[in-house]
Amino acid sequence: MDIKLETIGTTLVVKINGEIDHHTAQVFKSEVDREINLRNIVNLVLDFDGVTFMDSSGIGVVVGRYKEITARGGKVMIIRVKPQVDKILEISGLKTILECSH
Amino acid sequence: MENYMKLEVPAKSINESFVRAVVAAFSVQLDLSVEDLADIKTAVSEAVTNSIVHGYANMKGIVKVVCKVVDGCIEIEISDFGVGIEDVSMAMQPLFTSKPECERSGMGFTVMQTFMDDLVVKSKPGEGTVITMKKCIGG
Ligand SMILES: Nc1ncnc2c1ncn2[C@@H]1O[C@H](COP(=O)(O)OP(=O)(O)OP(=O)(O)O)[C@@H](O)[C@H]1O
Ligand SMILES: [Mg+2]
Repeated sequence: MDIKLETIGTTLVVKINGEIDHHTAQVFKSEVDREINLRNIVNLVLDFDGVTFMDSSGIGVVVGRYKEITARGGKVMIIRVKPQVDKILEISGLKTILECSH
Repeated sequence: MENYMKLEVPAKSINESFVRAVVAAFSVQLDLSVEDLADIKTAVSEAVTNSIVHGYANMKGIVKVVCKVVDGCIEIEISDFGVGIEDVSMAMQPLFTSKPECERSGMGFTVMQTFMDDLVVKSKPGEGTVITMKKCIGG
């Protein structure tokens, strides 16, 4: 997995490429958290176009960022979700708390 | 004789992607849909991750995987010899996690249950855990 970070004002756009599991979630978490703190980020956009796989470790890491961003009064958005990843977002209930689009 | 494969890896997180890819590749011999194969991959990832994160609590250990083709189904058995589960039915409840501080959501068993056609969890505290799951053509 690799991630690209782009900050627009107080919004952070994270482009993820590859598989999100327990092994790669650590990298995701530390890089995104560092940027959130460094640039005083309020809103978070997760671009999932390049995400080819995600399991419940991914749910945990998205929920963790959701809590942080909500505490800052911001919003989390997941965009360009692929069908298999959509399935896991659906059963985790994440789709009801986040703004998701395909 | 029915076809089968056996695999053993040390409980290292780097092996999570390896094991799920191998099981998916083995499952290709059954005429499963692309969605079925993706489901298998996700369910296997859940079980292997649980063995590493909970069974061995990120310490040393071995994760064993056995796959069998039986009557148009793929049967997958994933075992560890870790701490085991005290109360299996509680552990299987959606959102139950013993590690909320590690950003775990307690959805692993729910994912295995919804993505597979059959799931059996056998565990003994101090001995380990065996997960058996099944995916069938047109299941
Ligand atoms: N192989 C195992 N050995 C010991 N305990 C386990 C094992 N697998 C699961 N458990 C226990 O069952 C609980 C529920 O597992 P489940 O996979 O549903 O959620 P989780 O792993 O805690 O979170 P998530 O999978 O969403 O990251 C775990 O928190 C753990 O206490
Ligand atoms: Mg789990």
